Amino acid sequence: MHLTIADLKKGEKGIITDSSSKDIPLKLLEMGCLPGNKVHLLQLAPFADPMYLNVNDSFLAIRKETAALIIIKKTDE
Amino acid sequence: MSKQINVALIGNPNTGKTSVFNALTGLNQKVGNYPGITVDKKQGVCKLSRGVKAHILDLPGTYSLNASSLDENVVIELLLNKNDKDYPDVAIIVSDVENLKRNLLLFTQIKDLKIPTILVINMSDLMTRKGISLDIELLETKLHTKIALVSTRKNNGIQELKLLIENYKTISKESCLDISSIDAAYFQSLQKAFPSQDVYKLWLVITQDANFGKITRQELDISKFKTKSNQELKRLQQKEAIKRYQFINSILKEGQTIDRSKATGLRSKLDRLLIHKVWGYVIFFWILLTIFQAIYDWATVPMDLIDTTFASLAEWIKNTFPDGGMVTDLVAEGIVSGIGGIVIFIPQIAFLFLFISILEESGYMSRVVFLMDRIMRRFGLSGKSLVPLISGTACAIPAVMATRNIENWKERLITILVVPFTTCSARLPVYLIIIALVIPDGSIIGLNYQALTLMALYLLGFGMAIFSAYILDRVLKTKHKTFFVVEMPNYKLPLLKNVIITVIEKTKTFVFEAGKIILAISIILWVLASYGPGDKFNNAESYVETTAQTSYERNDQIAAFKLEHSYIGIIGKTIEPLIKPLGYDWKIGIGLVASFAAREVFVGTLATIYSVGSANDGEQIDTIKTKMGNETYADGTKVFTLASGISLLLFYAFAMQCMSTLAIVKRETKSWKWPILQFIGMTAIAYICALIAFQFLK
Repeated sequence: MHLTIADLKKGEKGIITDSSSKDIPLKLLEMGCLPGNKVHLLQLAPFADPMYLNVNDSFLAIRKETAALIIIKKTDE
Repeated sequence: MSKQINVALIGNPNTGKTSVFNALTGLNQKVGNYPGITVDKKQGVCKLSRGVKAHILDLPGTYSLNASSLDENVVIELLLNKNDKDYPDVAIIVSDVENLKRNLLLFTQIKDLKIPTILVINMSDLMTRKGISLDIELLETKLHTKIALVSTRKNNGIQELKLLIENYKTISKESCLDISSIDAAYFQSLQKAFPSQDVYKLWLVITQDANFGKITRQELDISKFKTKSNQELKRLQQKEAIKRYQFINSILKEGQTIDRSKATGLRSKLDRLLIHKVWGYVIFFWILLTIFQAIYDWATVPMDLIDTTFASLAEWIKNTFPDGGMVTDLVAEGIVSGIGGIVIFIPQIAFLFLFISILEESGYMSRVVFLMDRIMRRFGLSGKSLVPLISGTACAIPAVMATRNIENWKERLITILVVPFTTCSARLPVYLIIIALVIPDGSIIGLNYQALTLMALYLLGFGMAIFSAYILDRVLKTKHKTFFVVEMPNYKLPLLKNVIITVIEKTKTFVFEAGKIILAISIILWVLASYGPGDKFNNAESYVETTAQTSYERNDQIAAFKLEHSYIGIIGKTIEPLIKPLGYDWKIGIGLVASFAAREVFVGTLATIYSVGSANDGEQIDTIKTKMGNETYADGTKVFTLASGISLLLFYAFAMQCMSTLAIVKRETKSWKWPILQFIGMTAIAYICALIAFQFLK
């Protein structure tokens, strides 16, 4: 099982390794959800959905179902 | 010499594109519509030197040329069609200094269309505070463009931008990315199939076809060229995005330095409070209360003023112009009160849009969406549906207009369709009189029955809105796949100029667009109530027995008799068999028909019909109440009982009886289909609920 953005906890960071799922909207890719870019989970709404992220220096909120499609590896810094 | 330069303003949402537009055009702007769709077309004129004018088109905000909404589709349709009269001579890409990287993605796409492009870097006043420095000369060379550093807040850089527009011919048309580099073989065969076309344009048409839908104004038939599946195309698009970011990153690495230690952290501090799991909701609730208070309470002062002004204007016209003439009556009672019925909504609409545009401009609205999305999603609505639903308790008209913030068409449509269920202020007078009439004056654990009934009616309205949204969500099918990506913009102090322009624009739209229809229906209703066939209407005086003590009372009786035999009275009699099962007689029927113009007309109509029209305001409710209470059928049973009263309350709670709302729904959905369905659906629900209630309680 891969780790995805949906698995991040508040304040955790990661690097995107794969965002090629066909259900990820193109708009999200164009906003910087691309392999190699950093993700920082800033805040969560109640029930952890939607999720408030900083990706590639953009501040976005996406629903958890979409976050679960973006595969990452965790980083510490 | 008068020459015009076509300029297209393009940019991501939240970059201050509209501020740049306002700075360039001032109040020289008009909002129209793109043919057939619900997207506002904002254009304006900017005077340059030597009599040259720039025609500026403010295109909808978009993150890329790959459209995912109707708004964004407007941008690509225009840029792919060189024959469009608005096709730009020069494009201005508005970016903001903090999101330059992401903003440049769109910039490179526009450049690849070989349109001369000026890059505006807005909010440049924030650069030192945010620790950002830019090598403008290097960026201009590498991006093959001219850059204008602008601050709309400080009013800097606009003159320089105007100069760049004037000299647009000197700007390079060189592209940024060679699209063929993402798949050489594919693009080679594509070029071979259409040798005379630009390969990037072809690529846009193909991907747009696959992702969004046919480009309507494109003369190119590209459907024969289908060598890749949609899945493969998507993969290429991802590759394209990666390539573009590689290009952008390599340039920004040299041209931009950011000292992260200077970041002030205002965003994270405010976010911690405003989207806190508890405080976030408390603050939002408090803001809603303020808005509610404003449109419900503060707006009544100017509204009363408008009401009395128009009433005295009508009176003045009646007294000043030739007596009894049809034209005088039409002007005084039909047209003036019709216009009054439009103007009276202006304070509420202006207040609502004042608040909404402040919330939008400050960046707070995205936080509300974030907070509410999960809850609203269960009912097929979006986080953005909440503001319209709450404003609906004042008036459905501004509420329907406020749904424009919802990008997702299906969620927006559902919101528009269910908003009129919420208890608007026009229902209040009707509720008050009927409750006073049929609900006993007692209390349970200190709570008054009548107050409880009123509260139940408010909850019922809101509950019905949510419930029907839930049903509509399952019934409605839309062809666009929906998704949810919300940018969380920086917090900003709203610009007064932008707020004022928004309020003026929205109010103007309402007055002119909806106003036409409201006025027309008011006149029709007036005609129906003022004329009737046959002798009984025209010689009412000779039919009314003289039982009255004063000439005052006699006039009232004659007026009531005339109304009974006017066309609208005949309509009331005609629909009586239909409303009998709900427990209403023909007099209530007239009230219902007249209520179609606006619900609050009900009380006034009943006042006329029970011939107490000229009683003074303070006593009016009491007098009608007594008269209504005494009203009986021929066999001596009362007309207003608990059963017929509850039935009437339910009918008013659910029925669509507001032509102004229907007019605005027509305007917002650009079709008669939705207001007609809404009218039929709501009225059917109302009829069935009222029928069940009456038959059960009888």
